[in-house]
Amino acid sequence: MPEQLADTVDPANWTCPAPLRDQPVVVMGHGGGGALSAELMEQVFVPAYGNATLAALADSAVLELDGARLAFSTDSYVVRPLFFPGGSLGHLAVNGTVNDLAMSGARPAYLSAAFVLEEGVELTVVERIARAMGAAAEAAGVTVATGDTKVVESGHGDGVYVTTSGIGLVPDGVDLRPQRARPGDAVIVSGPIGLHGVAIMSVREGLEFGVEVASDTAPLADLVAAMLAVTRDIHVLRDPTRGGLAASLNEIARASGTGVRLSECAIPVPDAVANACGFLGLDPLYVANEGRLVAFVPRQAADQVLAAMRANPQGSGAAIVGECVADHPGMVVVSTGLGGTRVVDMPLGEQLPRIC
Amino acid sequence: MKYIDEFHDPDLARRLLDEIRATVTRPWALMEVCGGQTHSIIRHGIDQLLPEEVELIHGPGCPVCVTPLEMIDKALEIAARPGVIFCSFGDMLRVPGTDRDLFRVKGEGGDVRVVYSPLDALELARRHPDREVVFFAIGFETTAPANAMAVHQARRLGLTNFSLLVSHVRVPPAIEAIMTAPSCRVQGFLAAGHVCSVMGTAEYPQLAERHRVPVVVTGFEPLDILEGIRRAVRQLERGEHRVENAYARAVREDGNPAAVRMIEEVFEVTDRSWRGIGRIPSSGWRLTDAFRAYDAEHRFDVTGIRTEEPAECRSGEVLQGLIKPTECSAFGTTCTPRTPLGATMVSSEGACAAYYLYRRMNGQTPQADRAAREEMNPVA
Repeated sequence: MPEQLADTVDPANWTCPAPLRDQPVVVMGHGGGGALSAELMEQVFVPAYGNATLAALADSAVLELDGARLAFSTDSYVVRPLFFPGGSLGHLAVNGTVNDLAMSGARPAYLSAAFVLEEGVELTVVERIARAMGAAAEAAGVTVATGDTKVVESGHGDGVYVTTSGIGLVPDGVDLRPQRARPGDAVIVSGPIGLHGVAIMSVREGLEFGVEVASDTAPLADLVAAMLAVTRDIHVLRDPTRGGLAASLNEIARASGTGVRLSECAIPVPDAVANACGFLGLDPLYVANEGRLVAFVPRQAADQVLAAMRANPQGSGAAIVGECVADHPGMVVVSTGLGGTRVVDMPLGEQLPRIC
Repeated sequence: MKYIDEFHDPDLARRLLDEIRATVTRPWALMEVCGGQTHSIIRHGIDQLLPEEVELIHGPGCPVCVTPLEMIDKALEIAARPGVIFCSFGDMLRVPGTDRDLFRVKGEGGDVRVVYSPLDALELARRHPDREVVFFAIGFETTAPANAMAVHQARRLGLTNFSLLVSHVRVPPAIEAIMTAPSCRVQGFLAAGHVCSVMGTAEYPQLAERHRVPVVVTGFEPLDILEGIRRAVRQLERGEHRVENAYARAVREDGNPAAVRMIEEVFEVTDRSWRGIGRIPSSGWRLTDAFRAYDAEHRFDVTGIRTEEPAECRSGEVLQGLIKPTECSAFGTTCTPRTPLGATMVSSEGACAAYYLYRRMNGQTPQADRAAREEMNPVA
C-alpha cells in the first residue's frame, strides 16, 4: 500500500557505498590488456627493470645494434581452446609476434618458440600445434630458429602454453610510435573488427550465434610493407589484440596527448560480431582481434595509404574510421549513428557479459 | 541477420525526434526504469538529441546495482568455501562487497565461474557430484523464469548438490516506492520491455491510474526508446495517464504465461532490501518451502554477516532519479570503475558506469558536461 511504502522508503537514507580498495592478488583482468594490465606494467615491471627502451611500452622494442635497427618482441599464448574456427594456438603464437614486430615497421625475420607442456597432453595435439606454427611461419616469411620445451605436472598447466620471441629489421626513415600521433592524422583500421574474440567465445563458452565466426588471425608484415611503400611517414601502427580497438586507441591518445574522434558508422563491424555482442552486452570496440591493425596516417597521405591497404589481401576491408584531434587530449570519443557522442574508455580488465 | 539495423535508422530517429520536438510545450521528467535502457540512451547519445524540455531520469532497474550488500557478502563467503563451485553472471564479479569482490575470491583460489545461464550451472552440478554448485540468482522478472527452471530441473534430476542464492527483485513495487516518495519528480515511465515480455502489462494500469502517470512499455534499441519517449510525451501533453505498449514485437498483455507459471511454482513474493534504497515490501521473490532444500542461504547457513557502507557514495539518490551521476562529488574522482564506491559504478547497466564510460568529457559537472557536448555536437 502506498502509505506503508512512504513510511518504509526514506530517500534521505538511500546510499550505496563500498570501500575503496586495491587488488592485492593477481586477477584475470591483469592479463586483459586494459587498465589493470597497464598498471601491472607501470607499477611492477618497469620499476623492476628500469630502462628507457622498456618504458616506451611498445608492442616491440626498437634497438640500435652496430648501426642496424632491430625490432625485438616476445609474447606468451595461453588461449583456450587450443584449436578454434579460423586458427589455433600455433597460428596465434606466430602471427602475434610477427605482428608485434610489424607494428614497429620491421620486416620480421626470426622467431624462437618455447613450449610449456602439461603432463598428459596427447602428442598429436603438440604435433598439430607445431605444424600450424610451421605453416604460419612460412606464410609470414619468418624462420623459427630456436626453441625450448618444458613439461609441468598434470594439473599445473592448461595443456599447452607457447611463448614466441622474434626479431626483424626496421627500415631507415621508419619511426612508428604511439607518441607520434598528431591532430589531423587519419585513423585507419585494416578490416572488420571483433572476429577473433567472438570466434573464441563461440567455442569456449559453447555459444552459437547462428553463423560460424572464424578468427581473423593473420600475419600483417606484408600489409605494413605495402603501406610503408606509399610513405615512410606513417605515425603509428598498432594491432588491437586484447582490449580491442578501444584499448589501442586509448593507449595512443594518452601516449601522444591528442584526442581521437571516431565515426561509429564508419567502423567495420561484421553482422555476426554485432549480433553476438548485442546478445552478450559487449561492445565490439573492446573485442580482441588477431589480424587487424590500426594506423595513424598524415591526412595528405591517407587516401593513398588506404588504397594500398585495400590492394593487399589483409587490408581489403580497410576503412578510415576517424581522425586524431587536438580536442579532449588523451580521450577517445565516437560520434554515434544517431548524431550523439560518447566516450570510448580504456577497458578496465576483461569484458563481462551482462546479466540480461 | 540484419534485424537490429532497422532500429538504429538515423532517418527514422530524426523523424521521431522532430515529432517529439513538435509535441512538447513544457518541461517533462520521464524515468526509464531499466538499466539496459539507460545504457542505450547514453551509448547512443539519445539524451543529447532530445529537446531541452524532456529530461530523462535514470531508474533503479539495474539488477546488479540493487543487489543488497548483505547478499553480496553472503555470496563471497559461500564462494570462498572449499568444495564449492560458485556460478554467477559475469557482471556480478566486480561488484564490491564489504571488503572484497568475487574476482578477489577467485584470485585467492575460490572456484568462481562465469556462466551464461543457470542451466549451465546445473550442468556443472551434474558433472561434479562431489562438489556443491551454487548459482547467484539475481535479477528482475527477466531472469527469474530461467532460475526457477534450473531449480525445477535439479529436483527432477534428483541433483542434491545444486542450490540458488536468491536475490530476485520485482519492478512494480519499486515504481510504487518511487512514486510515493515525497521527493519524486517522475511524471511518466518508460517501463522495461524485457520485464513486461515475461510478466505482461497487467500490473501497470493500476499504477498508472493511482499515480496519474503514463506508463509506456519500451524496448532497448535507439528507435524503441525514442518511440517510448514520443508516446509518453504525447500522453503528458494531452493530460492522459494510461499504459501503452510501444514494444509490441516482444510484449503481449499477458506476457509469457509459461514463464510466469514456472516462477509461481518455485518462488513466492517476499519483502526485499534494495542496495542503496532500503526495504521495499513485496518487492522480491524467494524459494517456496517446497524448494527450501535448494536455497543456498539455508544450506550454507550464512548468518552473522556484518555489512559496512561508508557514507560518501550517493548512488541511492542516483537510483531514485534524485540526482544525475555527475552531480555526486565522488563521481570520476574517488569513484571510478577502477575504484568504485558503489555498485552503480560497477555494473554494466549502472547509471554511474554509463556516464563514466560514455559521457565523461572535458569536465565532470553537469554544466561542463553540457558545454562539452554542445561544443562537440553543435547541432544537437
